Amino acid sequence: MSTLLRTPILEAPGDRLLAALRTLLDQKGIATPDELAARIEQTDRASPAGGARMVARAWTDPAYRELLLRDGAQAAEAAGIHMRGLPPLGVLENTADMHHLVVCTLCSCYPRGVLGYPPFWFKSPAYRARAVRDPRGVLAEWGTSLPDGMRISVVDSTADYRWMVLPRRPAGTEGWDEARLTALVREGDMIGVTVPTTSS
Amino acid sequence: MLAPSSYKPGSAVRVRDDWPEARGPCHIRTPHYLRGRTGRVVRHLGDFPNPEDLAFARPAARLPLYHVAFTPQSVWPDAGGTELLVELYEPWLEPA
Repeated sequence: MSTLLRTPILEAPGDRLLAALRTLLDQKGIATPDELAARIEQTDRASPAGGARMVARAWTDPAYRELLLRDGAQAAEAAGIHMRGLPPLGVLENTADMHHLVVCTLCSCYPRGVLGYPPFWFKSPAYRARAVRDPRGVLAEWGTSLPDGMRISVVDSTADYRWMVLPRRPAGTEGWDEARLTALVREGDMIGVTVPTTSS
Repeated sequence: MLAPSSYKPGSAVRVRDDWPEARGPCHIRTPHYLRGRTGRVVRHLGDFPNPEDLAFARPAARLPLYHVAFTPQSVWPDAGGTELLVELYEPWLEPA
């Protein structure tokens, strides 16, 4: 038995574990090195700019908004974002009386195809524990103030879907084109910890 | 065992008060804070291979997956939100 196999798994050097895992995935026919490289490249390429493009288009194109809310992955593909092999994408629309906040209490499920890698705080035990129990407190710490009477739906991504928020279009953006609107939308707006504003 | 997609939107359901993690190694996608809690089915999201089997490379049956809404104050008295919206697989639900 090799030294690595006798070492408790959490104490094993990460690079050797990774090499062993990659070898096993290949040998067992689960994922080839090329497939792994392609997936890494797909994730590296993704960023919040992709989601922001989708949001801005939904704000200006009612038919696209309808598609986005019905089938997020199809809407992403329509915006030139490749979703093949990724989990289905659900999009939840913030309205005049309901705000959505996305969390994954179990791990760090995140709509990577349209937002890229999750920010570090999304994976933190503190965010995961507090978002479900004290969403208003979390939003307050982000400096996010919601109108009086706004209801909050906390979306715990526990399973096969990944969730993104379609924020409300801020006042004062009438007549803005899609590119200008896209630049307004930040990562946190699509998770629900912040809301788009024209003043930042 | 219930037939596939047996819960319609609006159905009241209880999450089974079951703790497989106390019996041995397992992979569960049902948060502990919901075990034994009652919610309302919002939508059927589709059918997906059971992650509890996939995690151990066992043959995995496709299970109906639902979006279920809970009142946060029924989980934590001091909770602040209006609803908790969670994805749950049918075998974890029972009629309430």
